[in-house]
Amino acid sequence: MTDVVSPVAGISKPKAARRDIGIKRRYAAERRFRAYGIAALAFGIIFLMVLLWSVVSKGYTAFQQTMITMPVEFSQQVIDPQNERAANPQKLMTANYPIVARNALAKVLGVGADDRVGLRSVGQMLSDGVRVQLRDMVVANPAIIGTTQTVTLLASGDIDSAFKGQIDLNVAQENRKVNDQQIKWMTQLADSGALAKHFNGGIFVNGASSRPEAAGVGVALIGSFYMMLIVLVLALPIGVAASIYLEEFAPKNRFTDLIEVNINNLAAVPSIVYGLLGLAVFVNFMGMPRSASFVGGLVLTLMTLPTIIIATRAALKAVPPSIRAAALGLGASKMQAIFHHVLPLAMPGILTGTIIGLAHALGETAPLLLIGMVAFVANYPTTPLDPSTALPVQIYMWANEAERAFVERTSGAIIILLLFLILMNVGAILLRRRFERRW
Amino acid sequence: MNMMSEAAVEKALDQKMSEVSYKMIGKDVSVYYGEKRALFDVNLNVRENTVTALIGPSGCGKSTFLRTLNRMNDTIENCRVTGKITLDTDDIYDANIDVVELRARVGMVFQKPNPFPKSIYENISYGPRIHGLARNKADMDQIVEASLQRAGLWTEVKDRLHESGTGLSGGQQQRLCIARAVAVSPEVILMDEPCSALDPIATAKVEELIHELRANYTIVIVTHSMQQAARVSQRTAMFHLGNLVEENDTDKMFTNPDDQRTQDYIMGRFG
Repeated sequence: MTDVVSPVAGISKPKAARRDIGIKRRYAAERRFRAYGIAALAFGIIFLMVLLWSVVSKGYTAFQQTMITMPVEFSQQVIDPQNERAANPQKLMTANYPIVARNALAKVLGVGADDRVGLRSVGQMLSDGVRVQLRDMVVANPAIIGTTQTVTLLASGDIDSAFKGQIDLNVAQENRKVNDQQIKWMTQLADSGALAKHFNGGIFVNGASSRPEAAGVGVALIGSFYMMLIVLVLALPIGVAASIYLEEFAPKNRFTDLIEVNINNLAAVPSIVYGLLGLAVFVNFMGMPRSASFVGGLVLTLMTLPTIIIATRAALKAVPPSIRAAALGLGASKMQAIFHHVLPLAMPGILTGTIIGLAHALGETAPLLLIGMVAFVANYPTTPLDPSTALPVQIYMWANEAERAFVERTSGAIIILLLFLILMNVGAILLRRRFERRW
Repeated sequence: MNMMSEAAVEKALDQKMSEVSYKMIGKDVSVYYGEKRALFDVNLNVRENTVTALIGPSGCGKSTFLRTLNRMNDTIENCRVTGKITLDTDDIYDANIDVVELRARVGMVFQKPNPFPKSIYENISYGPRIHGLARNKADMDQIVEASLQRAGLWTEVKDRLHESGTGLSGGQQQRLCIARAVAVSPEVILMDEPCSALDPIATAKVEELIHELRANYTIVIVTHSMQQAARVSQRTAMFHLGNLVEENDTDKMFTNPDDQRTQDYIMGRFG
């Protein structure tokens, strides 16, 4: 190794040996570190897989719904016995449609009109939601009274669960929600093809319902959409403007340092605190309505702002100062240099930060509980000021329900939420690719 | 500053009368970064249509002085300039002088090529656009072509004007930056070690370009290369520890300088 010729060969040899040991150790350390990294990654992937598998395996059935297709006689006797619908249209709204459906099913199953217990069991096989379904048909077209139509009706949640194999039939009859007779009928109907699983569009459009088979995330989706819109419209401009001011214009002094520390702190404040703040300020002090997605949007805006500001400042900082110098050197004003050159280059970072912030806000539950968005809302909110719920809150509420059929719906709603999150994050990646420029 | 202004103007007029025309006059220029003083009462005049080289060891204040000439120091926080600098007869630190307008008159080329990550065309057209120099597209096309031609880049890029400026080689990027500076029709061009990031061939091209630009512009160049200073400049100013040591004709400076420190620096004894 050295030019100096050593008279004794043994002197230089140990030196070379020590060097070799050092190199081996370094390589070993590197291999070890890589192994740790791969192990950590594998650990994460395994947990992600377990989570996804658990959610999907429980939730995919929520997108199918058991329905019964059968001829239904719209009997004048039941719907409008006194024939007064011409004088009193209200009659059609309040008619006893469940009986119409029950009689139809009883006829198919061959249950006699005098078998009261049997009729009750038959009635339990159909969802209460048929009332709305049949009413809407009759109100839309009163001429069908007195005729027989083939209609596909929702089966009750218990029959749905039983048909999907989610009810343990080994449990004694008294302790389970469906009795043996109903199971027999169910199998009979399934064999004849009348009872079958259909795609469940209702889960996407229906509002809240205490009947799992008729419950959906429609209202929650609209509420979440309103909130995302409000967060985007408020948090993005405010956050970007604040970041530009802090990063480019504000003098660096103790006061701005304090602001920076506070922004970083706010990003770490538990979201439930924002909920309390929203409750105190927006609802109690300013008198805004409870359960409204507008208030939810404001609260989530407050919560998202620090994230967006931090991401935007980092993106602005990452723009090489030489670009600013070039623009200023040409005689651009500071404002022009920032808006023409710095901001476009910081855009990918800003958008990524914003979408991550939005995704965070989309999945946020705690602050919404406090401002009353945990409510039973069956009707679509027409404006952001109307009561509504949000996707994560809907998941929370369904998770608290007792019926077996709500379990799959909870997982189904989680799948819907995850799909939206994936969509947003893919959007972030695409936007980043689209805007990214090299220099 | 006001007290000195009359004297400075008088001096400027004196010097104008003695045949040499000064484009910029620096009088007792001192620069402070916070408490630290970076320049000590520098008196340096820049002759019109001349290349003035600023040399000196690192940290001697030559770049600082260069940046006072178009007030790029304004962008550095805590930086304070005292003394007086005039461009023609305008005091550039006067409250009435708009820094934006000043920088349009005194352009700048930086050490590292810094084209905007936009097309070559947009790189050149940006300056004229914000200063409203072109009335229509044809005007702008003409400015872009003329600027690129001045920078000796036209033949190389005319077929790819709408490709990114960052895709050019380092030397081409630097000439693009010079073309960009030229496009706003400045009177003075400041160059802060424009060749330090370039290979010898690109350096030769830029030096040749500086030589040609001298006909139309007054150029002040900071350089670490003695050879470059000798090759491109007519006047040379030597800075040391924030002081102007000597300012002289380049020929004299490199053969028979007045100051021992200049002699030592040029001979490579320090720096």
